[in-house]
Amino acid sequence: MPPPAAPRSGDAIFSSVERVNAELFTLTYGAIVRQLLTDLEEVEEVNKQLDQMGYNIGIRLIDEFLAKSNVSRCVDFKETAEMIAKVGFKMFLGITASVTNWDVDGTCCSLVLEDNPLVNFVELPDSCQGLHYCNILSGIIRGALEMVSMKTEVTWLRDMLRGDDVFELQLKFLKQVPEEYPYKDDE
Amino acid sequence: MSKMMKGATSSPSPSGMYDVSKTKLKHQTLLQDYQKPQMVSLSAFAFLFSELVQYNQTQVDNIAELERRLEDAGYAVGARVLELFCHREKGNRRETRLLGILSFVHSTVWKVLFGKVADSLEKGTEHEDEYMISEKELLVNRFISIPKDMGTFNCGAFVAGIVRGVLDGAGFPAVVTAHFVPVEGQQRPRTTILIKFAEEVLRREARLG
Repeated sequence: MPPPAAPRSGDAIFSSVERVNAELFTLTYGAIVRQLLTDLEEVEEVNKQLDQMGYNIGIRLIDEFLAKSNVSRCVDFKETAEMIAKVGFKMFLGITASVTNWDVDGTCCSLVLEDNPLVNFVELPDSCQGLHYCNILSGIIRGALEMVSMKTEVTWLRDMLRGDDVFELQLKFLKQVPEEYPYKDDE
Repeated sequence: MSKMMKGATSSPSPSGMYDVSKTKLKHQTLLQDYQKPQMVSLSAFAFLFSELVQYNQTQVDNIAELERRLEDAGYAVGARVLELFCHREKGNRRETRLLGILSFVHSTVWKVLFGKVADSLEKGTEHEDEYMISEKELLVNRFISIPKDMGTFNCGAFVAGIVRGVLDGAGFPAVVTAHFVPVEGQQRPRTTILIKFAEEVLRREARLG
């Protein structure tokens, strides 16, 4: 059996994949948020729907992440967070996040983003102050981690659209989900 | 939502203070170097677009309605694209002539959004008011396969909406639709964006000579 390939850096993957202009991405996301606001009316409902859409993406995106990054199982949650910040964000969005604010057990940390292509051209009107505009991102992380047996809770602590100087996502590890095999191999 | 910013105007924060962080964010975006645009991975866009389609599928009960909703989403993008590109690439001038605006769509808009000029821009042979932009492999159709029971559904409706948004904003109202056109010897059809201008547009164009 060939030795497992070394994990690739986010930069290496990002420069090898096909890319599209971030403005198309940004404006398309804006159109989605606007449709949701029109359809659902309640800002809270929009937050929920964005999170759900992110979750749907996350459970599919993890496959591509694992296939392209050669990352094997992370030894602990710290390594997981670093992978998301340095490889995950980079290979899909071309940005990196920093990981800070670890709690003593190493089960809760913050991902800090200074750059976020989702929010270009966006200004939150007064009627949308409760909106977590980037809620799709937290849904993606939650969905992707669930597929590698980690239940997490992802919440926004700081948001540049609300006047903060960075985006801060809190990542809390809840529990390891035991793997369930849908079929029995040895029978 | 997702309002395009206009120049240096900025809304004051609730306290009445000038909000520095928001302004910084805006300037970064506007001054972005057009020659070196910020990129994201194609799959990031594909995932997002697929969610747009799937969400809208839950909101409709027929294909025409689904296409209309995708077109609406595209229209919102087109309206902003016109404003942004006119500001950044054309010194705040917009086209006033029919061929000018069509080539703006076919060249500038396509180049920035899809990284290439559209494959072709043609005038309809049967009707004076029809123009077609064709693309062998439209970005939004790349990862999409249409199930048989969805007939002629075309995700290109989203791009048709972008085109309509740009044209409408520039004062060229039109009906814009996306169609698959089979290509001989090719498995996948190409996508044609059919633009049918409103009567008033042609009358004005004739008057301008």
